[in-house]
Amino acid sequence: MGILHIIGGAVSILGALFLLLASIGLIRMPDVYNRMQTGTKATTFGTIMFLGGIGIATPSMATKLIILVLFIVLTNPVSSHVLARAAHFAGVPLADRSVTDKLAEHRAKEGVQ
Amino acid sequence: MGIKNFILSVLILFGTWLLLGGTFRSDVLIVGGALAVLITLLFVRQPKALTTLKVRPYALLMLFVYFWVFLFELLKSNLDVALRVVSPRLNINPGIVMVKTKLKSPMGRLLLANSITLTPGTLTVEIQDDHLFIHWIDVSSTDVDAASEKIVKGFEKYLEVFYG
Repeated sequence: MGILHIIGGAVSILGALFLLLASIGLIRMPDVYNRMQTGTKATTFGTIMFLGGIGIATPSMATKLIILVLFIVLTNPVSSHVLARAAHFAGVPLADRSVTDKLAEHRAKEGVQ
Repeated sequence: MGIKNFILSVLILFGTWLLLGGTFRSDVLIVGGALAVLITLLFVRQPKALTTLKVRPYALLMLFVYFWVFLFELLKSNLDVALRVVSPRLNINPGIVMVKTKLKSPMGRLLLANSITLTPGTLTVEIQDDHLFIHWIDVSSTDVDAASEKIVKGFEKYLEVFYG
């Protein structure tokens, strides 16, 4: 049980905490777009920290973990963007407390369905 | 395929190989190098990601700086969203705003949109030419210029150096 294990464990727990907060957000948020904000993206940081903690505890795995983080960082924004875009184009409404929807205004102006 | 693209592509493939293997044994290095060159020759014709990247020293330095600026933004906005999630009154003020970008190249816009999406609190819903429609968890201004200033400017000033 070296000092690296302790630091790595602490970082991993911090990452897990972010993942927990993201899950709470998933339940508490009012509409699909806000859920996307926490559910898909707050998890990115949690996962990065979690994997980083493993990398610190077991340095021999560090290079493979870097690859994992790179794939998450490259694919995560694409998927959450596509989900949000599909939801908006399918007509999923924003929560009542939303203050503005410039995209709906823009599409109404252009006459796009 | 220019010599610049060839070298960049081989370097990226070889770097991925090194990270996956995690060793510096000479036989592993030779196989990896050969594969990197082979894959580049067979599959990489006009990679937009590489042809439009500027490889001047200053641009590469900015690429490096951007990496750290982005990490810091990621940390800051994650804390921000986490605090909103646990606040009893669910302190959000959501909406979709329109912002404008100065970036011209498709790769620059792609990186900008992805950076905006990766930082929690902002989510790119749609791009039309130089307009981005962004779902913002805490809308502080619905004005195009003011919103652009807040969301886009921080990333844009680095991105425009290496992807104009």
